[in-house]
Amino acid sequence: MRLAAAALTVALSFAASAKETVRIAFVGPLTGGNSAIGLGGRNSADLAVRLRNADAKAKYHYELVVLDDECKPDAGVQMATRAGSDRTIVAGVTHYCSVVAMATVDTWHRFGVPVIVWGAVLPDITYANDFKEIHRVNGTMINQNEANARLVTGQGYKKFAVIHDTTDYGKGHDKYFTQFVKQDGGQIVGDFGVTADQQDFTAELTQIKALNPEVLYFGGLTPIGVRVRAQMDKLGLKAQFDGTSGIVNDDFIKALGPLAEGVLAFREGAPAEKLPGGKQFLADYQKQAYANPPEAYGPFAYAAAVLLMDAIEKTGPDRKKIVAQLAPAHVKGVESIVGQISFDEHGQNTVPAISKYVVQDGKWVLWEDSEYAAGKRKLAGK
Amino acid sequence: MSASLVAQYVMNGAMLGMMYALVAVGFTLFFGVLDVIQFAHGDVVAAGAFAGLLAWAGLSAAGVTSPALLLVAVLLAAALATALLGALVGRFIVLPIKGAPQLNVLLVTLMAGTVLREAIRLFYPGGSQPQRFPALLPSSGWNFGAFHLRLDNVILLAAGALMIVGTHLFITRTRLGLAIRAVAQDEETARTMGIDFRRVVLVTFALGSVLAAFAGVMDGLYYNEVFFGMGLLLGVIGFAAAILGGLGNLYGAIVGGFLFAALQTVGAVALPFASAYKDVFAFGVVIVLMAIRPTGLIGERVSERV
Repeated sequence: MRLAAAALTVALSFAASAKETVRIAFVGPLTGGNSAIGLGGRNSADLAVRLRNADAKAKYHYELVVLDDECKPDAGVQMATRAGSDRTIVAGVTHYCSVVAMATVDTWHRFGVPVIVWGAVLPDITYANDFKEIHRVNGTMINQNEANARLVTGQGYKKFAVIHDTTDYGKGHDKYFTQFVKQDGGQIVGDFGVTADQQDFTAELTQIKALNPEVLYFGGLTPIGVRVRAQMDKLGLKAQFDGTSGIVNDDFIKALGPLAEGVLAFREGAPAEKLPGGKQFLADYQKQAYANPPEAYGPFAYAAAVLLMDAIEKTGPDRKKIVAQLAPAHVKGVESIVGQISFDEHGQNTVPAISKYVVQDGKWVLWEDSEYAAGKRKLAGK
Repeated sequence: MSASLVAQYVMNGAMLGMMYALVAVGFTLFFGVLDVIQFAHGDVVAAGAFAGLLAWAGLSAAGVTSPALLLVAVLLAAALATALLGALVGRFIVLPIKGAPQLNVLLVTLMAGTVLREAIRLFYPGGSQPQRFPALLPSSGWNFGAFHLRLDNVILLAAGALMIVGTHLFITRTRLGLAIRAVAQDEETARTMGIDFRRVVLVTFALGSVLAAFAGVMDGLYYNEVFFGMGLLLGVIGFAAAILGGLGNLYGAIVGGFLFAALQTVGAVALPFASAYKDVFAFGVVIVLMAIRPTGLIGERVSERV
């Protein structure tokens, strides 16, 4: 019955246009707290599809099926099931929220749908399984912490203390930062796990002060990051504050004022205009007059959609063949707007863009462009 | 561990303890007078802090720069806003259902607290993120080895102590305080003696809420950051402290507040597990203590069940 319906859809779409229509799912948070990023991702994937459809050389006519995962695991699994059971959908550009991406990997695998994650950063999404269907174009906290450790040890810091929240996010950051900083010759003098809604950090910070580290690494999100930084000052702790992607936002700076100056943080991806194909992407995006900006992960959604359509052009709209086409042997040094993409055996892009930031005069400034890198200003203790 | 390090921990704990005690005194006042648990109390703390912040933002925008003047304005705004809020909660939420089972009051105020918390989040500009609270006290300090003693912390601690002493004097030395105690002991008799019951209740709610506002402003000045959800845990801890000390007893609330802070500090510093478990440890000890002394460390002076 479903087959008949699918056949009918295909037949109808044949009537509508000369080319065969191929449907791709986009899944992301379109409502709720993360909807800005979700809508930016959707628009960017939509842009990729429109540009391809405008290309006369394309073999197929593409249609983007937009699904809302609400950044909730249960909604995500529902949407993945809906897309998976709909045989006309051959592939997916999927998920910004790590919890959702984590919850849906089994579903995508079970239905055999090739998907490319466009925003979720938890390493386990690609590394905790051997599913050939799951890929990711953006980097993970592993890459982020590798870049972080290299920068801070490169600045000559040797002694580090860590405060991290005890969620998967904070624990993951703690693990990878510790691993890379040790590799780079640093020493962790103290490691403190705290709850994600804690208000008072004076007890932990007093202990850290006694350990006398040069850098305080913080693995967690903005609310407690603000508290830790503010309370460091109260206790006269002068260490360099080194954070993760969880604090790279304007609220962090607004809540801290002058205390935010010189704070370091890292994020997967890069501002669109800094990406290899970013300028062209932004110009094309502008032309479509979308209601929302592409946000930080739009370019990745765009690159994921392009990668899928390239595979489909080569193999035809068949889930199994697309999966085979996305194997490491085929995706090696593929040029894209986010830089070269190479998948490893887990479908993870191994050369993802990581941006380094430092707060300068109340703004997150790319490290390379900052007066700190130029030597005009000094990080703490330098 | 060096003496200066211990001094630092004691100071950290004392600041926490003072905030908890101020919140706990409110719980104990409401319970003493009306036999109700006002669970929106924690969110009144947050409301106080945000009212103060609003006053600061307004005056700063108007060009006022004197820290002393701003501080007075912040305290006044916080006190007035929460006194009104407390009285409103008392008048329109608690008094109308006074005859209903205690559980109803608890539930209704719990919901009122959620409304208050969400209102701050939704209506304060950028309210879902932490807000910077201005440092209005002198930030100079002294270093004694690992101990960094800050002048603003000393002032806050002294001011908190004065607030509690003031409350104590108000209740024990004034006519209105006498009326509050009379109502607390026996509402019926107090009414027949010509005490305006409703007025006493509203004054008590206003007084307890002003203490909460002070705790909120103190929190803001101490951490230089306030958050719409800050009252949630403060409320639970304040309530636990009040129960621990003996609900309805002013001294009990103070002892409970400082004891809880001490437990948290010990949990974070002296125990071998991760400091993330300090609240688990502190609440665990509270459970054990409650099992040993169900009426609190300093039991209620008047048992209601006689």
